[in-house]
Amino acid sequence: MTKEIHRPRPEKDRLRRTMMFMNAQKPALIRDAYIYGSDSIILDLEDAVAENQKDAARFSLYHALQEIDYGDTEVIVRINGLDTPHWQEDIRVCVAAGADGIRIAKCENAEMVRIVDQAVEKAEIEFGVEVGRTLLMAALESPLGIMNAYEIVTASPRMFGCAISGGDFRKSMHVQIEDGGIEMLAARGQMLLAARAAGVQCFDTMYPNVDDMEGFKKEVIQNHKMGFDGKSLINPRQIEFVHETFAPTEKEIAYAEKLVLSCQAQADAGIGVYTVDGKMVDIPFFEDAKRIIKLAKACGVYHGEL
Amino acid sequence: MIIEKNAIAGTLESSDAQVTVEPADHLEINIQSSVINQYGKQIRDTVRQTLDRLEVSDGIITVVDKGALDCTIKARVECAVFRAGNASGQGSPGEEQ
Amino acid sequence: MINAVGRNIPDELLVHGKEVYQGKNYMDGKQVRKASPVTVRHEKPQESKLCETIREACEKCGAHDGMTFSFHTEFRDGDYVAAMVCKVLVEEMGLKDLHVAATSLGTAQDIFADYMEQGIIVEAQTSGVRGRIGETISNGKLQNPVIIRSHGGRPRAVEAGEVHIDIAFLAAATSDCCGNAKGQGGKNNCGSMGFANHDAKYADHTVIITDTLVPFPNLPSSISCIDVDAVVVVDEIGDPKKIATKEARLTQDPRELMMAKNVANVIAATPYFKDGFSFQTGVGGPSLAVNRFLEEHMEKAGIKMSFALGGTSSAICALQDKGYVDYILDTQDFDEGAAKHLFSNPHHIEIDLSEYANAGNKGAYVNKLDYVVLSALEIDTKFNVNVITGSDGILRGAPGGHPDTAAGSKCCIIVTPLIRGRMATVCKDVVTVTTPGDCVDVLVTDYGIAVNPLRQDIIDCLDSAGIKHVSIESLQEKAYDLVGEPEALQFEDNVVAIVEARDGTILDVVRQIKPYSFD
Repeated sequence: MTKEIHRPRPEKDRLRRTMMFMNAQKPALIRDAYIYGSDSIILDLEDAVAENQKDAARFSLYHALQEIDYGDTEVIVRINGLDTPHWQEDIRVCVAAGADGIRIAKCENAEMVRIVDQAVEKAEIEFGVEVGRTLLMAALESPLGIMNAYEIVTASPRMFGCAISGGDFRKSMHVQIEDGGIEMLAARGQMLLAARAAGVQCFDTMYPNVDDMEGFKKEVIQNHKMGFDGKSLINPRQIEFVHETFAPTEKEIAYAEKLVLSCQAQADAGIGVYTVDGKMVDIPFFEDAKRIIKLAKACGVYHGEL
Repeated sequence: MIIEKNAIAGTLESSDAQVTVEPADHLEINIQSSVINQYGKQIRDTVRQTLDRLEVSDGIITVVDKGALDCTIKARVECAVFRAGNASGQGSPGEEQ
Repeated sequence: MINAVGRNIPDELLVHGKEVYQGKNYMDGKQVRKASPVTVRHEKPQESKLCETIREACEKCGAHDGMTFSFHTEFRDGDYVAAMVCKVLVEEMGLKDLHVAATSLGTAQDIFADYMEQGIIVEAQTSGVRGRIGETISNGKLQNPVIIRSHGGRPRAVEAGEVHIDIAFLAAATSDCCGNAKGQGGKNNCGSMGFANHDAKYADHTVIITDTLVPFPNLPSSISCIDVDAVVVVDEIGDPKKIATKEARLTQDPRELMMAKNVANVIAATPYFKDGFSFQTGVGGPSLAVNRFLEEHMEKAGIKMSFALGGTSSAICALQDKGYVDYILDTQDFDEGAAKHLFSNPHHIEIDLSEYANAGNKGAYVNKLDYVVLSALEIDTKFNVNVITGSDGILRGAPGGHPDTAAGSKCCIIVTPLIRGRMATVCKDVVTVTTPGDCVDVLVTDYGIAVNPLRQDIIDCLDSAGIKHVSIESLQEKAYDLVGEPEALQFEDNVVAIVEARDGTILDVVRQIKPYSFD
């Protein structure tokens, strides 16, 4: 039976500064979770939904995705773990309803990704959805998941990125959340390396204390400095600061603009290495400058001509 | 589908609807709604269409609506019917049976 | 006859010079002769005006069948006095054909619903109708239609003689034996007595009801002993904890905070936002939250407010204490903190409803207001606002100062979610018009901002500040997309409520709702 999908084809390489969790079982929440402007929303079938309401949440999710216009907001669904009786049905619902992507909870190795990938493909064929449409991301929640990050994110062409899930990870490491984040520094770093090596995106865990905006802000600034693409959120109040922090500054944009323009001129003249504002630059600088301009455009802060 | 046993889905929270189904030898739909004056007929039609799609011909269906959108009403009716037919673990929502 | 907001007003209501609403400022410049009350001369030395019971005070003031009595609702849901008095009038004295002139009617006056059903209370005028009374009136059980007047419309009607109060029963936190009374210093305090003061001056008789008798003279006072006939001491006049209802608390809801932030951004983008601006906000979650975001803008711009007007919350008191607000002109206190704060700062001052909002005097404070932020049950594509009837056609709201501040202010901002449950707040036609669209300038919702096309100047301001806005029609369409187009409500012919515009013309009527039928 062919399902009519209303959403545009998902893009692997889109802007995902903010990914906000929403309980798929709460009609008042999923109705318009997009109004706060997060780049992605994650409708949760896993921890937020009680064991005896998993079926109800699936029905809710399906009809919400079929009827509600989420506009440009990406809709990801967090499915139940592969060790539960729910994940296969979760995947069928996601695919039939036209979710943009699936977040694999507690992912520990490439085999788990391949199992989900196959189930997704089967569902795409079953519902007449374009094969390969549905994207995947992995939530790494254990030391094993972090150690296997590279094989996980390269296990399927559907993979657009990975995220660390701090709650479970800290428990398995016997540590608590620390000011400055030292308890997850190694894990964050290793995951970032794996993601960049594989050319996919990388997201940090949610900050659990909604009322501690100062602590949240410190963590977001650190995330940005470490090279994350975005962050999981649990409250809309957290969105604005992440977007501000992840947008390129005016200075960065101006420099990138200068680089791109000068590089074009230099390339026309056949020169490889040259200086801008007294600093030596070459091709990787040019690529990074283009990335900054693209990001600035996506963040809505670029008003130039490029 | 056949309503084999009593089942319930949904809550009485704002923007939700609670749907109860009971086996019967006829079809009966009862609707209470906080927005009955403006949406009574639309709610009734949505419930009917959903039951038709699931080929439910008999049963007592009671909807207590707290201002749910159509998609929520459909989801709650389907969930209650699947639970009453002992099939809530299987079948994709919105799927014709 | 069809009025300026397109509402059909039955001709039988257009008697004794009553006109339909003609647009804002229609009555500007007209002359009015004020009605004056009857008073009683007290030339002899007098020891005290204390009466043992409410009944004794009623008898002293000549309570009679067919009379109009009034009370104030500064205690909101915690008021005990109105019900207490009405019980005495009806059950102890057996009076009938009673007329009620209230500042509001809510759950604290539930007992009135019984008396309405029994035909003992036959007429009422009020600024708000909530709870069981709303259902009773909506079901056609009050003999005559209730008249809904704004906070400014009420003193206008009193001064014009359209409402003549025989006895005002006024709860006071403290009083002396001669009736110098106020809302502070007692067992149960409501703070401002702005709803009560005006009645004491215009009623033929005034009875002060207090639970804390203090030595003479209780000065400074809100009500002067020269206007008081009798003082009665009761056990409790009200429960101040119930003044702060759910809606008067500071919100943590992200949706409301987002809207509040956008309201503050709109304010900061308009030219009236400069040193010495004036501001008022309603009591709804997002309106109240505007205070906190406004503070940031004021700090950034280095400016202060000259006065904050109307209903007062702890939030605005805190702003005054931080030096951001010069005067608070207070008609009612929305929480115990604000009630306590009144007079503690010499610039936190009590004003009465006529001073606040009356369009029939020589210039009320609302006329000097720059911004007002208000909520709505519904707003339609003509920017008409409804704050009185629910989507089921039942009376369940209160215009309060809404129409007065909207008309008087330079920039009236309505803040409301686009939908509530399955109710489209932004709709094609409001059930009842309580504030006409020509008084409303900006709408802020969780789905976007719309500016009244009458205000091209504000549109330009938002454009140059880079604040996105859309047409109100597009918001309405979005709402209907989500919830479906509502069926029109089905009404009987009989009118259960008359909504009077602040200038005394008729803005709209509410008819009795028909029981719903699926056929």
